[in-house]
Amino acid sequence: MRTPKHISVPQADACSGSCCLRVDNLSVTLDEERILENVSFHMHCGELIALIGPNGAGKSSLFKSILGQMPHSGEITFHTAQGARIKPRIGYVPQSPAFDKGDPVSVLDLFVCAISQWPVFLPVPQSLREQVRTCLARVNGETLIDKPVGSLSGGELQRVLLAMALEPLPNILILDEPMSGVDMEGEQQLFLLLDDIRTRYDLSILLSTHDFGTLHLMDKVLLLQKQLLKVGTPQEVMASPEFQKLFSIHIRNGGEDA
Amino acid sequence: MSLWYALVDLLPFEWAEPGSMYFMKNALLAILVVSPLFALLSTMVVEHRMAFFSDALGHSAFTGIAIGALCGLADSTWCAVALSVVFALLFTLVQQRSKMASDTVIGVFSSTAIALGIFISTLGGGSFTKFNSLLIGDILSVSPGKIGLLAVILVLVVVLWVLQLNGLTLSAVHPELAESRGIRTGLLEALFNCAVAVVVTLTMTWVGLLVINSLLVLPGAAARNLAHNMRQYTLLSLLGGLVCGIGGLMVSYYVGTSTGASITLLLAVWFFVSFALRRVKR
Repeated sequence: MRTPKHISVPQADACSGSCCLRVDNLSVTLDEERILENVSFHMHCGELIALIGPNGAGKSSLFKSILGQMPHSGEITFHTAQGARIKPRIGYVPQSPAFDKGDPVSVLDLFVCAISQWPVFLPVPQSLREQVRTCLARVNGETLIDKPVGSLSGGELQRVLLAMALEPLPNILILDEPMSGVDMEGEQQLFLLLDDIRTRYDLSILLSTHDFGTLHLMDKVLLLQKQLLKVGTPQEVMASPEFQKLFSIHIRNGGEDA
Repeated sequence: MSLWYALVDLLPFEWAEPGSMYFMKNALLAILVVSPLFALLSTMVVEHRMAFFSDALGHSAFTGIAIGALCGLADSTWCAVALSVVFALLFTLVQQRSKMASDTVIGVFSSTAIALGIFISTLGGGSFTKFNSLLIGDILSVSPGKIGLLAVILVLVVVLWVLQLNGLTLSAVHPELAESRGIRTGLLEALFNCAVAVVVTLTMTWVGLLVINSLLVLPGAAARNLAHNMRQYTLLSLLGGLVCGIGGLMVSYYVGTSTGASITLLLAVWFFVSFALRRVKR
């Protein structure tokens, strides 16, 4: 396991003694259209942060910028708890891909492809299989190892992708809409798991969501609409006029944006 | 080659008798090289949902041959290979840059290539008839030199598979996920597309433009019906490809039909059999 554990920092800007991802003045322009404008925030280890905003608000662009897959202006830096600036390892859990039901790729294959150099068309050595089993155990998914990915339920697939993102252990975990396509029970499981992971492995988790029913479980919420309109605790953000204005229709219709 | 002929002479077929029917023995060797090549590529063509891609490549290869003939080249193979590689790279670029669905991109490229080919080959009132053999293909025309070339390509594809199949598979499953794990998906796809382009172009004169696509789709598609993992997928695709390849050659010899079409029909039968057996998988 990695370096000493430290708990979540109470104030958003108190960075000392905690590892920190700093996004400063991030702007993204695509085909002459401004997608993100001067987005700045800090993220500390152990923190669970939700990114919310309407479709097209720039959530995916923000993720891609942090992942280094999108050209941007501004700075994204990462400092360890000791203050050293390093290139962070980022675990990325993509939005559940739609697998063809007959896709021959099994969970084991997916892992072999992602975490090893062993050619996936050859018989998998026992040691590698054990390594994959250990990874899956982190998300209580050992039994899924030989299942074809096309046969997994939404929740199972999310857990498998999460287990992949945790190998090797990252500094930051990013999840794109982890709740979409997952039923109530799967959602509950996923949250317990994320909560466990952030304390056990001491990493920060950033996830995008449309599911406001789970916002109260977060440490911090970022409300994005091209710019960061509001940053704060879930209560602060949900009570803010910015939030009310953006989502008033949904709230009047029962509160949840499906 | 003499070693190969000595080996085949041991087989109990009328065409395998020593000192005769060299074209048939060459064809058998060609099948043994080409079938695994197509079977391997097929697994990724299907996984990447590029079933129509090879069709478009065949068209561009045809254009290359037509251009070569226009320039008066004796053997326009290299012209065709060069053109289809350029085509494959251009295709990859357009597909990655544009937000168009890949079937639309393929449709655009495919029709452009075939129109250009027909335009060039009929330029100045020329007759198209001299290109008819390309449409059907003739495996008996295969030369030992070309078999050697394809054997080298088979080795290269196996090397590509050992080094990069993991990346190719992951980028088919989820490109962004693959990239977040440091896989250069664009480069890999370009490399893979070029491999398909070269193989399609070099084998087109044997297999025939009209059916070559099926060799890149059917082995993988049939294997997919039964496979539970990548090992089974690859193995079943190879087995199906080889058995149907050899079987198709035999059928074409004894019944007197086009080899490309015979192989394709056998592969199609294999696909439907595996489709019927699919229940067992669920």
